[in-house]
Amino acid sequence: MNKEVPITDLVKVLRSKNAGPFELTFDIIFKDKETYEKVKKSKVITKEFIAKLYQIPIIKVLYFVEFDPANAIKATIVRPVDSGSIGETDVYGAQQHAPLLDIKIPIEE
Amino acid sequence: MNEIRVLSPVGMLGYGFPEESFKNGIDKKPHVIAVDAGSTDAGPHKLGAGVGIVSKEATKKDLTYMLKAGCKNKIPVIIGSAGGSGAEVHLNWTTSIIKEIAREQQIHFKMALIHAEVEKDYLKKKLTAGKIKPLGPVPELTIKNIEDATRIVAVMGTYWQIKALEMGADVIVAGRSNDPAMFAALPIKMGYDPGLSLHMGKILECGAMASTPGTTSDCMMGYLRDDHFIVEPTNPKRKSIPSTVAAHTLYEKSSPLHIIGPEGVVDITSCSFEKYTDRAVKVSGSKLMESKIINIKLEGASKVAFRTICIAGVRDPIMIKQIDECEQHVRESVSSYFDNISQDHYRVIFHIYGKNGVMGELEPRKEIKSHELCLLLEVVAKNQELANTICAFARSTLMHYSYKGRVATAGNLAFPYAPSDIPTGEVYKFNIHHLVEIDNFDELFPIEIVEV
Repeated sequence: MNKEVPITDLVKVLRSKNAGPFELTFDIIFKDKETYEKVKKSKVITKEFIAKLYQIPIIKVLYFVEFDPANAIKATIVRPVDSGSIGETDVYGAQQHAPLLDIKIPIEE
Repeated sequence: MNEIRVLSPVGMLGYGFPEESFKNGIDKKPHVIAVDAGSTDAGPHKLGAGVGIVSKEATKKDLTYMLKAGCKNKIPVIIGSAGGSGAEVHLNWTTSIIKEIAREQQIHFKMALIHAEVEKDYLKKKLTAGKIKPLGPVPELTIKNIEDATRIVAVMGTYWQIKALEMGADVIVAGRSNDPAMFAALPIKMGYDPGLSLHMGKILECGAMASTPGTTSDCMMGYLRDDHFIVEPTNPKRKSIPSTVAAHTLYEKSSPLHIIGPEGVVDITSCSFEKYTDRAVKVSGSKLMESKIINIKLEGASKVAFRTICIAGVRDPIMIKQIDECEQHVRESVSSYFDNISQDHYRVIFHIYGKNGVMGELEPRKEIKSHELCLLLEVVAKNQELANTICAFARSTLMHYSYKGRVATAGNLAFPYAPSDIPTGEVYKFNIHHLVEIDNFDELFPIEIVEV
């Protein structure tokens, strides 16, 4: 029996930040190895999922990596505008993570 | 057992740190005190306009502790990315603060200045020779980009800081530097593993951020040994645990698997983060894959426009429902009223907080649920006068626009300020974010020795 668990119950860190002035990177770090492995197994968070959530073509998702030593999933996208340029809304890129907080992960009970 | 100890007092010079934490760090007898003073995080304006990120007083306060302890205990002090963006103006600013401290504290030392600002003619030659390529999602560099930039810096690695140490510097003020460099320079000079040295530098450059409770405004100590390193915050109220150190390895990087710099690529794929004590973490397995070709990162900023903004609130629910239509009306009115001005010369931007002000086009939620909105009307134009003029026109048009069903005929906007329009000056852009391939180490980063 699967249960939909809000991601906020599963993570220790979920953040966005500039990775240089032209890229925006998301770090999702899970509470522990077991939780991380369950989330990986659910295959909810993928490169395609990130592209869809942020309404960008998949080619703009530059990296998508599951990083076992940190129990983390990391994705990096092209910034809509380069940091601080005309049209900027978030110079540090530190508030672009919010839609990820709505993710629900089906986890076996 | 061989061991070299590196003290990072703070994640950003001028952010401040507890004196007690610093004393604890000095008690551990560090071999070097190193600090990062820079970032591109605050946007291109700092490099373009030649201003700092932190105040002079705050920088002076942090540096006073570091220089006094360094001189007293004969520990080298290395400051990287001086003044924020690490260009000539930033280096001079930092140096003048250091000289002021030396006078007041009556301390003397040999200071190395490592210059990071790059001559435009040098870059043009490099570009013509095909030695410059884009770094990340940016277009190919052009001669015009080089000419347009108000300032261009190159980002140095450990090589030049090691050279300054070999020249006998007690204090190194380095221009723009790769974040881990200041922390890794002495260890690499002493023959420690460069991969571990750079990875440790990556953790230390943010002060005590890789601890819990994490902060940039406190001290972190790194202990580098033959085949691993240990990190530990010097404030007993904080502790590093494997997850905080592993998490920090990901921070502000595109890929978690590599730390990229002039020395090559540090591969951390098979790295392990283990508990060493309750407050310290042991890291091993990071390996430097040295690159044969030395690529140096370039950062340049150019002035692109002038900006005027106007902040206003909207509380009327009839208007909130039609906010997109109101925006459209303002845009059309502006372009028709200023039809003598080319639309390439200005841009009107609506930041609508309560709708998508924070995320813009990345915002997945389309409906407005808020009972009030904050409008930030932004106009950028080729000069300040034009930005002011168009902003005033756009603001008054929106203030009095008779949208459908309007009953509040006195005005549409609540201004928190008088005057409502705020000219904010020049707008810059990072117009250079490229790699230059160097043929020899003396092409860039000249070192100057000054007796203070």
